[in-house]
Amino acid sequence: MVLAELIAIKERELAARKPVVITCCLAAGCLSSAGQAVKEALDQAVKTASLDAEVEVRGVGCMRLCCEGPLVFIDPPGTLYQQVKPEDAASLVGTVRGGTTHVARGEPNHPFFARQMSIVLENSGFMDPERIEAYIARDGYLAVRNVLREMTPAEVVSEITRSGLRGRGGAGYPTGLKWSTVAKTSSAKKYVICNADEGDPGAFMDRSVLESDPHRVLEGMIIAAYAVGADQGYIYVRAEYPLAISRLQTAIRQAKQLGLLGSGVFESPFNFNLDIRIGAGAFVCGEETALMASVEGRRGQPRPRPPFPAESGLFGQPTLINNVETFACVPPILRRGAEWFAAIGTERSKGTKVFALAGKVKHTGLIEVPMGMTLREIVQDMGGGVPDGGQIKAVQTGGPSGGCIPAAHLDTPVDYESLGRLGSIMGSGGMIVMDQQDNMVDVARFFMEFCKDESCGKCVPCRAGTVQMHALLCRLLARQATARDLAKLEELCDLVRNTSLCGLGITAPNPVLSTLRFFRQEYLDLLAPEPWKPATPPAPLPGLG
Amino acid sequence: MAAKVFTIDGQEISATEGQSVLEAAHEAGIRIPTLCHLEGVMDVGACRLCLVEIAGSNKLVPACTTQVADGMVVATTSERLQRYRRLLLELLFAERNHVCAVCVSNGHCELQSLAMHLGMDHVSFPYTFPKLEVDLTHRLFGMDHNRCVLCGRCVRVCWYVEGAATKNFSGRGASSRIISDLNQPWGESRTCTACGKCVHACPTGALFEKGTTVGEMQKDRGKLEYIVTAREKKQWIV
Repeated sequence: MVLAELIAIKERELAARKPVVITCCLAAGCLSSAGQAVKEALDQAVKTASLDAEVEVRGVGCMRLCCEGPLVFIDPPGTLYQQVKPEDAASLVGTVRGGTTHVARGEPNHPFFARQMSIVLENSGFMDPERIEAYIARDGYLAVRNVLREMTPAEVVSEITRSGLRGRGGAGYPTGLKWSTVAKTSSAKKYVICNADEGDPGAFMDRSVLESDPHRVLEGMIIAAYAVGADQGYIYVRAEYPLAISRLQTAIRQAKQLGLLGSGVFESPFNFNLDIRIGAGAFVCGEETALMASVEGRRGQPRPRPPFPAESGLFGQPTLINNVETFACVPPILRRGAEWFAAIGTERSKGTKVFALAGKVKHTGLIEVPMGMTLREIVQDMGGGVPDGGQIKAVQTGGPSGGCIPAAHLDTPVDYESLGRLGSIMGSGGMIVMDQQDNMVDVARFFMEFCKDESCGKCVPCRAGTVQMHALLCRLLARQATARDLAKLEELCDLVRNTSLCGLGITAPNPVLSTLRFFRQEYLDLLAPEPWKPATPPAPLPGLG
Repeated sequence: MAAKVFTIDGQEISATEGQSVLEAAHEAGIRIPTLCHLEGVMDVGACRLCLVEIAGSNKLVPACTTQVADGMVVATTSERLQRYRRLLLELLFAERNHVCAVCVSNGHCELQSLAMHLGMDHVSFPYTFPKLEVDLTHRLFGMDHNRCVLCGRCVRVCWYVEGAATKNFSGRGASSRIISDLNQPWGESRTCTACGKCVHACPTGALFEKGTTVGEMQKDRGKLEYIVTAREKKQWIV
């Protein structure tokens, strides 16, 4: 593969575009509501209407508004149809020839779409994720070619550093700094790992990226490998994402066939092999040291850091490990320049962030917004607020490691520091809206149950502490807990946060701490009058009465 | 190897490069409580009892896996650390069924002596009383999961000293268990060499040698016959 061939593929692909394109969402959300049947019905309807020459029906990745799926988009005229059923296909195809349809239309000018800014999701919903040509037609793999031919690894690292990109997996570690640390190690063998073990309840950003635009992640990883000097990469993806795995496999096979992976990438001396490793369902394997143990074929348990993966990671070699979305940001940064990316967002949080909007909100789905947008704009304007006129009570970010931000703080800009100050975290991008009917103690109990079940069991505070915290929260909800129990709960939160081995344990108390901080009254309202006695006193022993 | 000088509990001590804070402290006669640490096998930092404070950092670090550095100022006995250690022990005692009075290791148990040493005189959490198995299928040894603290010392000696790789962890969180091979009865393990290292590595009474427990007296039913004969025939025949 050389540049001329890449351009030729792009031109062929653009020339083959038919006058009308009907795109049909085939990501997991729409597939679960019969998206595949809709696509097949549309194919059939086009054939029946003998419009083959003019109309292309294209299966694409996520079109964002998951709650209204299956989604179909007809361009021109650029109309979005919602909740399409297979039997609607004929009337939809009929609109191409001026017919009418009763299918509900989406509003493309609604803030849900209008306020989005697509960088990571720029191809999502437009191209067929199973065809590499479609990705190349949208300037895919151009960044890799330019990097390999025109830039030194150090220049690539400096470009990423200047872009201000920070890790999208949750902690927000500066990506450029991470890359340069790995690049500076002198080992002959280095690894690049993509962490696609997305496990937060309610989060599905990484899944959507992998299902909608897998080549983008591959391209980001190739660039990263060149920058740090690695020749082997792994994508660690959870087994619960079979569609993402299958699309990644397809993407890797296609990239290999075109000489974009394997030996001599783009006919340069640079070699890079990429393999998929499938997780077996442990949340803790999203923690980087546990993930690497799992890739090595060992039990997925974290180990103390240092040594950090950048010095001694996979198989003891320097390892660069980044999240799906972080890698997905890399190709556009190299294609359009660090300054362009750094101009988006806030002072310390650059670029955009993808969120999975869920919970008590009218429009649920996937959104990508510039950093610094306020929570209110996201949940109220874009999300449309609580359905049926309810009031937003809190927004949960960061999953089981995050916290609940009360409605009073909805004007907080979404960036790493602002969310951190409120006792929550940016996290990987799950955003769950809660209304007045949600009991915050119950929310804390839900997340604690999750942490208790997902604790690996290695260190004592996380293994045994989460069990006791969960029991205390259950006692509270059963109105059997006293003020002493509440004090005990706070003592345990402090213990588990300060003494646990890995991030799972360290952040496990966050949902409790943040709800205690903003909704303490709800905890107090649940306290039993002291001392608690059983409702029915035990029957006296026979013969003693 | 360069020597490192650092301060621990106000005392300046020297250590060799690459040494852990725990090793250096023990050499200097400063005792830091440990449970999952075992001399001779690698450290994993799992029990969190050896957590220490390092000046200039908010994070507590395990002494066993932290290497000494020049000028490091370490505190091992702050009020906060003592409180955390007691709470961690309480969590361990509440987690499984640790009943010293009926334990083979009563009087020589690391968990018991840690509790006494650190002043953990009561458990403020409700006991969870899990129903756990006792594996007595091995001809020489027994495993009582009720007394296991999941420190993993048996696993490490089995893998890295004996090289048999019989012992391992299964499950996760509170349902973690020490297993033999692929979760088979220990007696049916085809990899176990019966070396007994795990038994002697175990800090509690979870792994024990058979024949040493109080409940293993063999009943001699034949004696009953002599007593019956003596009563009925007024003869004592042995």
